[in-house]
Amino acid sequence: MLLIPCPHCGPRPELEFSYGGEAHIARPRQPAELDDAAWANFLYTRRNTKGAHAERWRHARGCGRFFNVLRDTTSDKILTSYPVGAPRPDPRAADSAAPESAR
Amino acid sequence: MFRQRFSGLALIRRGLTGHRDWQPHWRKAAPLASYDAVIVGGGGHGLGAAYYLAREHGLTRVAVVEKGWIGGGNTGRNTTIIRSNYLFPQSAALYDHAVKMWGELSQVLNYNVMFSPRGVMMLAHTVHDVQVFKRHVHANRCAGVDNEWLEPEQAKAFCPPLNIGSDIRYPVLGAALQRRGGTARHDAVAWGYARAADALGVDIIENCEVTGIRRDSAGAVEALETSRGLIRTRKVGVSAAGNTSVVMAMAGVRLPLESYPLQALVSEPVKPVFPCVVMSNTIHAYISQSDKGELVIGAGTDAYTSYTQRGALHVNTHTLDAICELFPDFRRLRMLRNWGGIVDVTPDRSPIIAKTPVPGLYVNCGWGTGGFKATPGSAHLFAWTIARDEPHPINAPFNIERFRDGHLIDEAAAAAVAH
Ligand SMILES: Cc1cc2nc3c(=O)[nH]c(=O)nc-3n(C[C@H](O)[C@H](O)[C@H](O)COP(=O)(O)OP(=O)(O)OC[C@H]3O[C@@H](n4cnc5c(N)ncnc54)[C@H](O)[C@@H]3O)c2cc1C
Ligand SMILES: [Zn+2]
Repeated sequence: MLLIPCPHCGPRPELEFSYGGEAHIARPRQPAELDDAAWANFLYTRRNTKGAHAERWRHARGCGRFFNVLRDTTSDKILTSYPVGAPRPDPRAADSAAPESAR
Repeated sequence: MFRQRFSGLALIRRGLTGHRDWQPHWRKAAPLASYDAVIVGGGGHGLGAAYYLAREHGLTRVAVVEKGWIGGGNTGRNTTIIRSNYLFPQSAALYDHAVKMWGELSQVLNYNVMFSPRGVMMLAHTVHDVQVFKRHVHANRCAGVDNEWLEPEQAKAFCPPLNIGSDIRYPVLGAALQRRGGTARHDAVAWGYARAADALGVDIIENCEVTGIRRDSAGAVEALETSRGLIRTRKVGVSAAGNTSVVMAMAGVRLPLESYPLQALVSEPVKPVFPCVVMSNTIHAYISQSDKGELVIGAGTDAYTSYTQRGALHVNTHTLDAICELFPDFRRLRMLRNWGGIVDVTPDRSPIIAKTPVPGLYVNCGWGTGGFKATPGSAHLFAWTIARDEPHPINAPFNIERFRDGHLIDEAAAAAVAH
């Protein structure tokens, strides 16, 4: 079970959280202007990164807030967590031992 | 041709001479400079595709490249449940294509894959389950696939260890039974296909990781970069399960896939106590008994994507809670081993067997938590797609464009849970 550092409450067991998938996928501002391929890309295509993966978690059974986590998917080690809206941290800065993100 | 054919007589003859002259089942091939087609991934699906390319399409300069050992991925890690009672006609056709092939596979491959159609029973625990399963039963009958509704007493008669008492947290309200469903020996499927493909001239190349896909000026595939050197080929079939996103990214192709850990565990071996396969999607428990006597138990996926081939303990605990409630006799059994595999999941929980935007590059993926059952059918259809550069009618709906065009085959919504 992961020990997840909620930026607001501190480290808590995974069971208190729900997973929200890949982070930094912005909803298109003008949906009507998107063609089908762009919509499909927004809805379904994922990086599925092997390496440092930016993802959303929600502290569902705690403060209730969404935040982002950078986690190495080859080891499940959590590199850092950061508030929604903050840019994706550089994984090397977050943890010098972490492998390069496989894009 | 097989150098050695397996038969009862051959077994007796070698038994009398101390089993000394059995040969390796396939050659340890080193990569040649070029092939007509290369399959990436030596699981059941990839090995099977190479076999059908050689046997049905006359391509014999074919290689399977596997980064580890063959069958070491999900093929060798799964709980081997085989069934075809899916809701939509496209899915029923796809999975039933495989179920029909399972029946003859041991004879065709001259290798005992131990296919055992002992019946797969899926339990209903809520009113919603009952309605969904009855809908499946009717849809399957229209599609020519066997599936029947059982009342709780009938379910217990089919599987005596089942607790159908009304005093448990999720009482059994009935079940859907597919009698033609069952299990098979997972390793034997990989080994049987490898041996049969090898006998037709296919090179099975283990410890060979694909690290790059080279494309020519027109964008078409021209070679694979591997840990054992460059391999030239104009046709590449990727069958890499949980690592498909990584391999396809080497050709610049992004797919609607996410990779999750899925776990299973086995108990200490006991005498035959469990006659069939029982699945409960609602409370996450999948169970059968292997011929060795172990109870083989499937758990759920972890919440998050990962490539670690392990999962969290609380996921297994949750499944064992359900098993102990449904089968109180097993409460004092000890569990021997648990492990995880990485399953590649699509948004509609249906697979992709298709051409890609890159000429010469084909992909077979998205089987998620349930692709073992499809192995012979999927391999057969993938080989067809690669050889003819067009899909077979059965796998034509399972293309990549369905996500753009809105033609999802939404078994995820149909089951409302993992399947
Ligand atoms: C715990 C568990 C239980 C399951 N239970 C069931 C079940 O009861 N019924 C069912 O139908 N299905 C089940 N499944 C799903 C099933 O196992 C898979 O869908 C199926 O086995 C996939 O077969 P495959 O040949 O595509 O993949 P795999 O057997 O995983 O083969 C893919 C191969 O590709 C190789 N590879 C990856 N990247 C590279 C590279 N870069 N270069 C070279 N090789 C590479 C891997 O090493 C691997 O051997 C289960 C899965 C798991 C993990
Ligand atoms: Zn919190």
